[in-house]
Amino acid sequence: MSVINIEHTETTPKVIFNKEKGVFIIEGKTLPENVNQFYEPLFDWLNNYVNNPNDETILEIKLEYINTASSKAIFSVFLKLEKIIENGGKAKIKWYYADDDEDMKDVGEEYADVIKVPFEHIEFESED
Amino acid sequence: MKPNFIDFVFDLFSHLRKNNIKLIYEGEISHDIIKAFTALTENDLKERNESNPTLKKVFNIMVESLQNISKHADCIDERISKNGRGILLVSETDDCYNITTGNVIKNDAAVRIKKDIDAINELSKNELRELFKKKLSSGRLSEKGGAGLGFIDIRRKSNNKLDYNFQKIDNNKVFYILNTVIEKL
Repeated sequence: MSVINIEHTETTPKVIFNKEKGVFIIEGKTLPENVNQFYEPLFDWLNNYVNNPNDETILEIKLEYINTASSKAIFSVFLKLEKIIENGGKAKIKWYYADDDEDMKDVGEEYADVIKVPFEHIEFESED
Repeated sequence: MKPNFIDFVFDLFSHLRKNNIKLIYEGEISHDIIKAFTALTENDLKERNESNPTLKKVFNIMVESLQNISKHADCIDERISKNGRGILLVSETDDCYNITTGNVIKNDAAVRIKKDIDAINELSKNELRELFKKKLSSGRLSEKGGAGLGFIDIRRKSNNKLDYNFQKIDNNKVFYILNTVIEKL
């Protein structure tokens, strides 16, 4: 399966989807000009992956900023993992947030409430 | 220079100083403009040693308010540009930042916005959380990429009611002002 490896920009996150290495990461800022344009290729990739996933899929999310349009897109990404679980597979979301970022902590908890995928909430020390 | 113009420039300067305006802009709200102003404001706040939470809230609310304009404002002329046009003001007092945006919208949009904001303003913290979750998990992104979550997000991040006003332009259009207060943390 192809590997997705996108460098971060000021308004889009770094994304790695690598089935062979079992690495799934979305990290940085997500406030793209055109949300659909950025996320469509990721959905396409995930749709393929869901049909033949690894034994366990761990998606690591480490966001600095998320705009509301992106929060819908990220929700759709999480739905793909939900699909894996519905199909009898294993999946988990690791949600990272800075210790001084109460808002990002809340966002993670809200996702965990509406997505049927186990969440692990992980606090890390803010750099500043 | 004509005396009128000199008066205008000096008045503008005095008003900006008096109201502690840190940034003012009128024009097209493109993605590049949003990127530039949020970066500028972020750097400015960092230099002034504002806390991370304050910085992130200001950044987030600027993005949501400006993306709102870029998606929904009436264009002056669609043949020239697809971007919305509006104004942005960032101002500061001792204990808070104000993000103010203004743009021209049609009357029916104003009715919708008023209804949305009034409803959101009445909700408690918990109700806002539940509404956000509900909207997050239902419906698709609109063609323009709006998620219907912007006002809820601004209201929650600012911990303040949304303050808005409409000024009549003509029989079809109003100038819509949205002001968000973010207390320094």
